[in-house]
Parts: sequence; structure tokens; C-alpha cells
Amino acid sequence: MRYESPDTLEAAAKLLASESGEARILAGGTDLLVQIRAEVLSPALVVDIKKVAETRAIKEEAGGFRIGAAVTGAELKEHSALKKVWPGLVEAANLIGSTQVQGRASLGGNLCNGSPAADSVPAMIAAGAIASIVGPNGRRDLKVEDIMLAPRKLALQKGEIIASFLLPKRAPHSGDAYLRFIPRTEMDIAVVGCGVSLTLDGSGTCTAARVGLGAVAARPLLVEDAAKALVGTKVDDAALEKMAAAARAACKPIDDKRGTIEFRTDVAGVLAKRTALIALERARKA
Amino acid sequence: MQERVKSPKFDVVGTRPVRPDGADKVTGRAKYGADHNVAGQLVGKVLRSPHPHARIKSIDTSAALAMTGVKAVVTRDDFKDQSSEFVPAGEMLVNYRDVVRNVMAREKVLFEGHPVAAVAATSESVARAALRAIKVEYEILPHVIDVVEAMKPDAPIVEDGMITVGVTPPPTKPSNVAKRVEFVLGDIEKGFKEADLVIEREFNTKPVHQGYIEPHACVASVSEDGTAELWTTTQGHWIARAHCARLLGWDMTKLRVTSSEIGGGFGGKTVVYLEPLALALSAKTHRPVKMAMTREEVFKASGPTSGANVWVKMGVKKDGTITAGEAVLKYQAGCFQGSPVQPGCMCAFAPYDLANVKVVGFDVLSNRPKVAAYRAPGGPISEYAVESVVDEIAEKLGMCPIELRLKNAAKEGTKAAYGPKFGPVGMVECLEAAKGSPHWKAPLGKNQGRGIAAGFWFNIGGETTVNLQLNEDGTLTLMAGTPDIGGLRASLAMMAAEELKIPYEKVRPIIADTSSLGYNFVTGGSRSTFSSGLATVEAARSIIKQACGRAAKLWEIPEDAVTWESGEIKPAGDNAGKFKPMTLTDIAKVAGKTGGSIVGVGAISAQGAAPSFGVHIADSEVDPDTGKLTITRYTVIQDAGIAIHPAYVEGQYQGGAAQGIGWALNEEYIYGDDGKLQNAGFLDYRIPVASDLPMIETIIVEVPNPRHPYGVRGIGETAIVPPMAAINASAARATGVRMFELPLSPPKVLKAMKAAKKA
Repeated sequence: MRYESPDTLEAAAKLLASESGEARILAGGTDLLVQIRAEVLSPALVVDIKKVAETRAIKEEAGGFRIGAAVTGAELKEHSALKKVWPGLVEAANLIGSTQVQGRASLGGNLCNGSPAADSVPAMIAAGAIASIVGPNGRRDLKVEDIMLAPRKLALQKGEIIASFLLPKRAPHSGDAYLRFIPRTEMDIAVVGCGVSLTLDGSGTCTAARVGLGAVAARPLLVEDAAKALVGTKVDDAALEKMAAAARAACKPIDDKRGTIEFRTDVAGVLAKRTALIALERARKA
Repeated sequence: MQERVKSPKFDVVGTRPVRPDGADKVTGRAKYGADHNVAGQLVGKVLRSPHPHARIKSIDTSAALAMTGVKAVVTRDDFKDQSSEFVPAGEMLVNYRDVVRNVMAREKVLFEGHPVAAVAATSESVARAALRAIKVEYEILPHVIDVVEAMKPDAPIVEDGMITVGVTPPPTKPSNVAKRVEFVLGDIEKGFKEADLVIEREFNTKPVHQGYIEPHACVASVSEDGTAELWTTTQGHWIARAHCARLLGWDMTKLRVTSSEIGGGFGGKTVVYLEPLALALSAKTHRPVKMAMTREEVFKASGPTSGANVWVKMGVKKDGTITAGEAVLKYQAGCFQGSPVQPGCMCAFAPYDLANVKVVGFDVLSNRPKVAAYRAPGGPISEYAVESVVDEIAEKLGMCPIELRLKNAAKEGTKAAYGPKFGPVGMVECLEAAKGSPHWKAPLGKNQGRGIAAGFWFNIGGETTVNLQLNEDGTLTLMAGTPDIGGLRASLAMMAAEELKIPYEKVRPIIADTSSLGYNFVTGGSRSTFSSGLATVEAARSIIKQACGRAAKLWEIPEDAVTWESGEIKPAGDNAGKFKPMTLTDIAKVAGKTGGSIVGVGAISAQGAAPSFGVHIADSEVDPDTGKLTITRYTVIQDAGIAIHPAYVEGQYQGGAAQGIGWALNEEYIYGDDGKLQNAGFLDYRIPVASDLPMIETIIVEVPNPRHPYGVRGIGETAIVPPMAAINASAARATGVRMFELPLSPPKVLKAMKAAKKA
């Protein structure tokens, strides 16, 4: 196994593109190293992107935030301006693994690991995050909900690297939240995950909403019908019930060791309501 | 209520000194199984079966052996077959015919993870590559995982030709049922006729792993002259020596086994897995060989305890008198016979004074890893079922579950269904303490329920040796041979200090190896503080006797004219006051001149172990929308006899409850249709994390064991018996639904609540 740690994205993309064997990108390594040790993966090349400045920085940009793909959960939590505007996303990143894992694990890695249960992904989808991708043919943008296609399968071409994510400028009276269901209280993996972001007008009517669901299908979902159920309402019980029904309707889960189809579908609705209520409370205070 | 024996006043016993092994453990200096390294050691790794059931047609190791860095390979051909012979190991019996097949598959692989070959190589990566180079040809056979399925007449047969023992006339057809056992007291038909209410229920439980944090690990070194050293993490190094010597055909004296510090065992480290393989590899190479399991290997190929199907029927009069108890227990043994169904049967109704009992047990093979002892093996399963029915009886009769239990509680003189009459026992005292506890009286919140359940464990004594040596400066070194899992060294030093009337810090205890001390049976059966404590007291009393003899010699008076009083040796009778009293330190200084070193030995087969009863109170809260149960409050009440070191007694109570909470709520072995384990790791095999648990409150009840100088009862195992039933009862009240299957995981609970709502 060859290890490289280039200083630029272009050099990293070139290394990845020219490797004939299996090549992997290393950010925090909390999934990659575990999979290598468990002999699930045995890449010929590992390219560490942490020496590239863009991957490790949080910057304000166009009124929003640009977050490097290798920024850790712990660093997100320490960034008070970001945490104030996007508390749900920051909390989602800090549910991954344990405190020790959060010191390494990144948004880029959580997404590119390709698990439908990744905690930060539904929160990023709800936030409307856009990934900036650098590859052998230059840079392009892709919405986070369009990146993961199926378990372990991404919409990235050979040699492409997610460099950073752009979180758009926030309207006043906006809030986000993320909740997951796990059988324990921590150190676990989502059986269902739900991210909600919404914006209110001065009268408290919801003017915009986005709902992301995780672990209920082969890929994390943007549930537009659930969002529509909230827009134009005061996010009252009737709207929440309609939203829960839309969330349940979007689920295409499987029966596995972590939960049944019936359970995941039920709980997706429950979590969607609970998450929306937290986002609503935050939006009212923002 | 029986009279409570007053605790005598002790100087050291009952205090809470710092444990002698504490500093090394918290600083990382303590050496566990995998912390030992020897110059020139090789890495040993095991090739395991990917199939749950298959005949081994051939094993070709030639390509692996040809690899650079591969020093040896062992397979079934390196271990002589053993005849069928049952020997005790921990609280369960093992059969060498099966032990040799468990450490290395012979005719067939019987579970996913069954060892097929082991290699020793110069590095882990070479060893792993060598495993990939071994070619095994399998003939895949149909498999069976579930216990009820395994008992069906057309089930695949795990052990060819096995005929059920304990059935007359013996069956003519082989089956997966190894054994049928039966315990009968009185006449259950008569008992059920006397009953006003009869409840009959069927329960299912899943196999759960002991979940010790330290994986199995060892280092073996066999020298050119055939003598060998083995370093291993074990609950019994004499047992490990016996098993390894037997499997390898060696004299015991050539094998010196040292037990490392142990990071949990709970019964699961009374079994040898890697040790015979490491020794065989070292014997081939004459290089030290180190082996350590991964967590995946621990889950797939060690432990767990049985999953089971249990049917219980109980009859009761309107006034709460239980008139009959009947149960049928079907326990998974794994791929070889020897589930803990017999102790399960014996425990089932043990908390109660019943006239009519019948318990039938079946020991059933399936294509799973062979079960190992797990803390009160068998007891938690049968008592979960019986205590759940007792709770339902209380509800149906409109009786307080404590009053119902008090009415039927076992006490001194009660004849247990499994044979003996109890001496002084603390069941009634525990129930009274529960009734008086702040927890029992506390109000409950919304969606919360409270449950209570009792539990019992026998506890054992057995062969034990302790060596106590008086050093030249008057300090003492204590050598014990029961590995210290739960604070044993502290407890033994305390008993020695109490007996010798010296400060606790003057006694330094160690766990000695098999070549330095006489035989010790395992740390298991909650025996170590009881048995090694008895041996320690005997050794201490021998020291006193010898010290008195030395004083008599010095003073030139007869030995019987010397007495021992409060830590001093004094002339007595006519000689009283004639000589200055001497302390042990004074004697130690002149030991060399008065006859040589003073060593006390306690070499005993400890008798008089007494059972411990416990009562647990659990509060749970259900999230009505997700079915998730959270334990909001928990109290353990248990009879310790006398708590030598109360902090370690409390630790055992809390640990048993924590493991029981995991067993009740989330832990389970999950198999696919392919017969493979799907959750061989702590991510999906969910033992509770710290934040899942409330502070577990404890109440130590003390009804001293009259057969121990300090009143000790074993306490480690009883603590895991009541939790599942206590939580099941609390969940029934929190959710409004009675459930009959473990674990009470959220999908199951939500489904049961939804079904109840519809009905």
C-alpha cells in the first residue's frame, strides 16, 4: 500500500486518476482505517488530503459558510459562528462515533463512506449543502443529495475529490435540527436519521423547508413532499402529521439486524415531527 | 422472619481500603493477556470456517508453509483424538472428546468461526497471508441454528449418531438432544388441583455473550527440552494447564502457566481456545508464539451463553400460596453438548418454599459456538421466565409482588426442589429491605413502570491453596491461585490482616503461577473470596501457631504456655508477665535463628459455601412512539453473608445489573438464513454504554454464612439473575403489554404496543 499526502487538490486528483489499482482518499480515516484493518478494503494507494488547505478550513463565503471536507466534528463544534447558524448540522456531525472519533471524523468522509445511515448527510441535505468537487477535469458543484447513489456507490468520477461544502446564506428566522433513532444513547449507528431546516416569515408562517432522511432507503433522501407539507403553514399539528405521513411514504427501508421495515417507517414519521419542532423553535428564536 | 445475625465488629473486614492492584491498573502498567511479549516471538493466527456446518474433505497447507516468514502450521492432524470423558471446569462439565474438536475442527466444522488451522509467522501480515494460502475443501451440510428447530425430527444432525441420555427407553434414532434432565418434588398434579389460579406461559431468550472487554490472548514458549511456559488471560490456570497437557499429551509438571491480569471473564475464560494452538505451534518451532483474538473472533468463536425456549406453569391459591410450579427448559448448547440447562432447572423455583415442583430440561445442539459459562450459568434464563409468571400472578391476584414473594419465600429449612435443605439464607431479608427501600416507595412518572424480581445462585467451594509467608521485616506475602477478577487480592489481604491483627498494607497479595503453588480450581461459581478466604485464614492461623512456637523456644517454656492475644504473643499461665510480649515483626526478625522461614499454607477443599439470594427493583420508561425502553432507576438488594470489602461487593451488584440490563434490552446473537452471525462486534451487539444506565443503587443485606470465619457468601453471580424479569415486569407496567421474549428491543416493543392498541 502506497501513502501520498500532496499539497494541492490537483496533485491529489492526478495521483488518484493515474492509479490502476484501488485508490482511496484519507481524511479522518475513522471508516477507511477500520475497513483496511478488517480486510474489507486493501487499497493500493491512499491519498491523504489533509495537507490541502481548503479541506481543513471553515470560511465565511457569500454570507454563508464554506466547510473543508476534512474539517472534523470537534472543529465544527468549536466554531461558534457556524454553530449559531447551523446547530443541527453541527450536532449531527457530533453524533458520529464517540468523542475520540469526532476528533477525526469529517463531513467529507461521512458522506463518501457511502453509508445510507451516515448522520451528517441528512442534516447536510436539509441545509442545502453543495459540494465543491475537484477532479482531473477541473472543479464542479453537486448538491449533497445527488452524491450518494447506493450503498458504497457515489456519483464521483475516478480521480474526483470533494474539497469542501458550501452552506448557503441563511434567511432570518431560520432553524435546523437533526435527530436519529438508536437503541442505545450513544456509540451507535442510526436506525433512522432525520434532518430538517426551515424558515419562517415575520408572522411565523413557514416559507421554506427542507427535509432529509437517512437509513430508510438505499441512499439518504431529500423528501420534498415532507417539506411541502410545512410550507405555508404555522407548522401546527395538522401540518406535522401531513409531514410525517410524507416522510413515511418516502421510506424504502429493508429488514435487517438494526430494524424492521415496519419499525423504520413508523419511526421516520415520529422523528420527522420531533425534528421539525426543534427546528421550528430555533427558527422562532433566530 | 428469621433472626438476623448481628455482624461482629472487625478492624479490617468491612472497610474500604485501596486495592493492591489498583495503581498499576489505572496507570496502564498492569499486564493483561496481550501485554506480554517475549524476544523472538512469532505471531499465531487462526483460520476459521466460513460455513456453519460442513464436512472437511481436505486441508492443504503446503502453499502456506512455503511462504517466507511462515514457521509452522497446525491442523487436526497435530492433535490426538480424545475419548469421551467429562471433567469439571468452572461450574460446567467438559468432555475432552469435544474440547479437542472445539479447539480444532476434526471431521466437520460445526459453526461459522470453528478453527480449521493455525499458523505461526514472523509478522501478523505474513500470518494473515498464510491463512489465505491454506486450501480447505468442504462438503457443505445443512445447518440448524434455532433450538426449537434443532429439536424437530427432521433437523440436520450436528453430532453424528448422538442418542439422547436420560430418556427410558433410550431413543433409537439420533437427534440433537444430548440430554434430558428432570427434578421433581411432591406432586404437581395435586398442586395444580389445589390452585385457584393457574398461569401458563412460553418464553424465548437469545444467546448473549459475556462481553469481557479483554479478548482472549496468550503467549506460549516451548523449549528444546520439552518444558513449556504459558502466559494467558484465564479464570483458572490450573484448569488451563490440565486441558493443555491433556490435549498435547504432556506431563503437567513440564507446563508452567501464569495467569495475566484479567479484563473480565464472567465464566467465559474457563475455556481454552488459543492456548493449545499456541503451545503446539511453539512446540513445532521452539519459538515463543503469541496469539490474540480479534473482537470478531471473540464473538464468533468464544462464549456465549444459551438462548432458550422456556415453558412455565404455576398454580396459586387466592391468598397467594403457590401450590405448584412446573417448567420445561430447552437450552442451546452450541455445537457440543453441555448447556447450563441443569443449573437452570435447579435455579428455576429456588427462591420459593414450594411443595410441588417439576422441572424438565433439554440440552440441545445446534450450529453455533459451544456455549461457555456466563455468570450464574442457566439461572438468569429460567428465573426470567418463572419470575415473569410470578409477577403476572401478583397482578392477577391484586397482590403486592413483594407480599406474594414473602408469602412463598425460601428460608432456613426450606427443601429446595433440587435436593438440599437451605441453612440460614437471606431471601426474606432481601424482600423486607426492598419493601423498606426509598426506591420502592418513590412515585413514578408518565410512561414509567416498576418491576421487581428475585434471584438465586448456589455458590461453590472446592480445591484451593494459599501460601502466606512471613518476610524478615514482619510484612507478609500472600500467594493465591484463583485469578483476581473482582477485588480478590484486596479481600484476601484484608482477611489475613484481620486474622493477624496487622495493618492491611503489610500484606502484599499476588496471584501465583501453577509451578509456585498447590492446586487451585477456577475463579468461578462465586468461590474465590469464599474459598481462598478460608485458605487464607487457615494459612494465617498456621503462621500464628508457628510464631507462638518460636516464642516458646526463645523463652524456653512449653508451646502451650504461649498465647496469641490481639496481635501479640504472650507468655501465659504460670509464666504470664515473665517475658515481654512479641509481635509478628519481632518473631520475623529472629525466624532464621529459631528454625528458619515461617510459611503458612492453607491447602483445602473448601466446604460450606452458602447460596445468595437477591431482589432487584427496576423502573423503566417507554417512548410510546418508538418503543424504546430506558431504565430510569435501578436498585440491587442482595445477601452478601458479610461484605469483606463493601465497595467490591457493590461493584459486583452493579456489574450484574448492568449486564442484565443489556441482556434484557438489546443484546442478542443475530443469525442470517445462511447460519452466519451478523453482529460480531460491539456496534451491533449492543452492550449498554455508560450513558444507557442509571446510577445503580445497592443495598447489602448481611445474613452471615456460619460456615465461613467471616461469614462470606459468594456474591458475583446472583446479581445477574433477577434483572431480566425485573425489567420485563417494569416494561409490562410502562407499556401496558406483557411480553414473553428477550431482548425487549424497540422494534419488538413498538410492535407489541401497536398490536395491543388494535386489539
